[in-house]
Amino acid sequence: MSAISRDEVANLARLARIAMSDAELDHLAGEMDVILGAVARVQEVASKDVLATSHPLDVSNVVREDLVVASLSPTEALSGAPASEDQRFKVPQILGEE
Amino acid sequence: MSLNYDQAIEKYEPTLGLEVHVELNTKSKMFCGCATEFGAKPNTQTCPVCLGLPGALPVVNKKAIESTILIGLALNCSIAPYSRFARKNYFYPDMPKNFQTSQYDEPICTNGYLDVEIETDEGSKSFKIEIERVHMEEDTGKSLHVGGNTGRIHGADYSLLDYNRAGIPLVEIVTKIIPKTGKYAPQVARAYVAALRDILRGLQVSDVKMEQGSLRCDVNLSLSRVGSGKLGTRSETKNVNSLRSVERAVTGEIIRQSDRLEQGERIIQETRHFLEESGQTRPGRSKEQAEDYRYFPEPDLVPVVPDSKWIEELKKTLPEKPADRRKRLQSAWSVPDKEMAAMVNAELLDTVEQTVLLGADATKARSWWLGEISRIANDRNVFPTDLISVKDVAEIIALIAKGELTDKLARQVLEGVISGEGSPVDVITKRGLKVVSDDSQLMKAIEDAIAASPDTAERVRGGNIPAAGALIGAVMKATGGQADAAKVRELLLKHLGQ
Amino acid sequence: MSVRNSASQMAAALANKEISSVELTNQHYEQIQAVDKDVNAFLYLDKEGAIAQATEIDKKRSAGEKLAPLAGVPLALKDVLTQKGVPTTCGSKILQGWRPPYDSTVVSKLKSAGVIILGKTNMDEFAMGSSTENSAYGPTHNPWDLSRIPGGSGGGSSAALASFEAPLAIGTDTGGSIRQPAAVTGTVGVKPTYGGVSRYGLVAFSSSLDQAGPCARTVLDTALLHQVIAGFDPKDSTSINQAVPDVVAAAKKQDVKGMKIGIVKQLSGNGYQKGVENKFNEAVSELVKLGAEIVEVSCPNFEYALAAYYLIAPSECSSNLARFDSIRFGLRVGDDGTKGAEEVMNLTRQAGFGREVKRRIILGTYALSSGYYDAYYGSAQKVRTLIKQDFESAFEKCDVLVSPTAPTTAFKIGEKANDPLAMYLNDIATIPVNMAGIGGMSLPCGLAEEDNLPVGFQIMSPAMKDDRMYLVGGALEAALLSKWGKPILDFAPKLAGSK
Repeated sequence: MSAISRDEVANLARLARIAMSDAELDHLAGEMDVILGAVARVQEVASKDVLATSHPLDVSNVVREDLVVASLSPTEALSGAPASEDQRFKVPQILGEE
Repeated sequence: MSLNYDQAIEKYEPTLGLEVHVELNTKSKMFCGCATEFGAKPNTQTCPVCLGLPGALPVVNKKAIESTILIGLALNCSIAPYSRFARKNYFYPDMPKNFQTSQYDEPICTNGYLDVEIETDEGSKSFKIEIERVHMEEDTGKSLHVGGNTGRIHGADYSLLDYNRAGIPLVEIVTKIIPKTGKYAPQVARAYVAALRDILRGLQVSDVKMEQGSLRCDVNLSLSRVGSGKLGTRSETKNVNSLRSVERAVTGEIIRQSDRLEQGERIIQETRHFLEESGQTRPGRSKEQAEDYRYFPEPDLVPVVPDSKWIEELKKTLPEKPADRRKRLQSAWSVPDKEMAAMVNAELLDTVEQTVLLGADATKARSWWLGEISRIANDRNVFPTDLISVKDVAEIIALIAKGELTDKLARQVLEGVISGEGSPVDVITKRGLKVVSDDSQLMKAIEDAIAASPDTAERVRGGNIPAAGALIGAVMKATGGQADAAKVRELLLKHLGQ
Repeated sequence: MSVRNSASQMAAALANKEISSVELTNQHYEQIQAVDKDVNAFLYLDKEGAIAQATEIDKKRSAGEKLAPLAGVPLALKDVLTQKGVPTTCGSKILQGWRPPYDSTVVSKLKSAGVIILGKTNMDEFAMGSSTENSAYGPTHNPWDLSRIPGGSGGGSSAALASFEAPLAIGTDTGGSIRQPAAVTGTVGVKPTYGGVSRYGLVAFSSSLDQAGPCARTVLDTALLHQVIAGFDPKDSTSINQAVPDVVAAAKKQDVKGMKIGIVKQLSGNGYQKGVENKFNEAVSELVKLGAEIVEVSCPNFEYALAAYYLIAPSECSSNLARFDSIRFGLRVGDDGTKGAEEVMNLTRQAGFGREVKRRIILGTYALSSGYYDAYYGSAQKVRTLIKQDFESAFEKCDVLVSPTAPTTAFKIGEKANDPLAMYLNDIATIPVNMAGIGGMSLPCGLAEEDNLPVGFQIMSPAMKDDRMYLVGGALEAALLSKWGKPILDFAPKLAGSK
């Protein structure tokens, strides 16, 4: 029994916005199966009484004062844009949710 | 078979849920130092952080945290001793990082409430709206859809993105489900948003301008058969952008959903959009598969752990609650319930209070703002304070009190000020509207009136007081309305031995 | 002065005006010109910028201005850190041609210390890999044997040091990307305590694990560079607001008498090459001779570190790499006027990301998705707690922990390219340090007898006690140098055209 199906990989690719050919999906599904099999080991020691650590640092309340600092110039901001128009980033038509 | 609202409400019980997004009025953005000015030229208020450039990192704006805690306190929430940011992962072109830095299972404020009152035929009714959570997040950029059906997303050839708004601090205030509002659901929804807006305005944490989008409301609504006790499937109507729209959206959804149920159809859990023109909602584009936001703790930020000292200091800065203030002003001004409600509904409470603070009598201030000024404002479709300043109104009321203006003259002064002739004193001077208060001048007019109607004068002398009306009228006419009628009456009767 | 000298020697020669920074910089460009066609350490050379910077330093020096210790010394920068106006690719096609409009904090600090940035070095795409084979711009070759990998992800930086293209380099270390390349190239690399060096401008792979750090050919040079780049940065919320430990003094001290050095039982044995273990044990004997006390410690949960790492890092990367969407910067593919934004995004990410990056994005997307979060990402976080606890109890018994840096010496290019799990095992000894956010150093401890390739010795120190690894590293380096009679890189075959 494989841990992950090709369809599941296809759904993950959709969530991650990566187009994938059938061959890529097949290949990745196989690899994912092996990798997931190996990493699932974490469950062996992850008992209920162990707290989660999401971050190595033990600090809190790092904040900045509400002060305005200089922004990039629009030219700098748009310097890397594949396409722009009227000082805005230009993208193909946006479908999906409004 | 279509039901009208009353029929729908007889058969179905609505359950509300309201999510309000508020843009905070901090000077800088949530996670970077870019300015937050509304209406700036596109992409002039952006930096590596709010553009989501590779390598950039967020740092939380302290004021944004404090504003959110203040909102929580004002809404009677518990302030979490430990709170974290989380990433909400989904792709959208107006969201630079393709995740929104938000809060998930560890929001900063939880479990509050807000009491709202509505006026009904059966008198005023109070509803306790329970608040589930208040959390911090960031706004998205704005897209402009070009070509095709311009401005609309469908049929546009391409879109242009401006990230000035991206990263402006947002606070999301989510109610628990609001049950048992019955036929008042639309009014309760509106009253809640209005009350919330007043609180936020009082806290000075947001501009709360619904028309500019600094306060936006999503309406969740479901229907269940009266008496069934089961919750129905809800719809979520997005970005309802005025108080009136909140009320209309709820009404519209009640009718739409009851319609479907009557036709034996199921309600689909979906996002809908409110249509300003028709008051109805239409479905958003439904997605083939459900989004999975894959929330996880934001590793670029550290927890927010507000200690009691910080919270106490913030508590000290809390202004009086709008409801308390209303009660205090109502009793100080001895205003009847109905008039008080009228003042609140007309959103003129602040204006009247400011006028009173400038020395005006409360009753006079109220009647000028809600009466004559509101009438003109309605005619011109503007807000009363757009017509005339509080200071000018206070001055007019002061002149009446000093006897230098009659009510009638004051109306002319008001009109002059509104049409831009200057201050009340300027108008009085220019139009020569001074009250005739010189007794000798008045006496001459009275004597002239008596001489012109000796019979009438005789009747008054004989004790027929009502007959004096004709003589007073003649005096007023002779003075061009600039005399104080009460004073004329007093002098006339005295003169005729009464 | 030769490109084979240490950075400290170069700094001294500059201070004594025996050589100018422009001359020194040019010498390095000549070396790069001579050897980099074989090594492929650099993705971009900013000759104009570097010479301008060097000219400026020379001018200041002749004007008698007081300069920072490393002023005028050249450096190679891993291509994962932004430098304003200079292409930054992260070894990925998706960032081809992107010139960031801002400097990373590390680069700002280098610039203000007068360190000359020669160019950007090759790396595994988005720092995901242990061999630099995952670069979209071709692999880097190990100067010890051009058919072998230079380690990864920072193979460009380590190879640049080992081939004398630069005396200093910056790397970043998420699971070993500074230390393992140092180990397999016979150079020194330090992963500072998490939060010790600002991450602002470091293109994130896994935010809670990433850490930039110094690389060089000697412990002292590494310490000098550490001093330049470390310190609190208000632009990074996860930067530690404390004084930087005096790592330079520690590197110079060379005294480990009475120090307790812990050997981690779990970081040896099965999977470790014989020659690696032998050289490691010989180095431990040197430390004993220097008066250190050896303690064996057990860290039972290290066994799960690799598995936890391959959930946490992909989870965070799946989110961090979402911003590469063809809108604000970088590559855009398929925008022919007929496709919507989402399709263009999908096609761009398909074309722009390499196989390993896609593999990890998909793995991370899975680990965070509803229904699997608790079993995968959630469990991995718990393992992280256990690893932290293992370190805490180990550091109660000793001052530093030691282990081989990598289980093997440099392997052949292509050898593990099709076996992700075999590749992941390279990081088995380095990953626990990142999971706990503590400091780790790798320095060379000899050549494995089987293949005459360098072996790395790893020293781990508690958070914000980075000076301890420099103390032990400095002492061990001196002892080994006197044993060998010459620096380890002098044992390496000379590259064609090299000085």
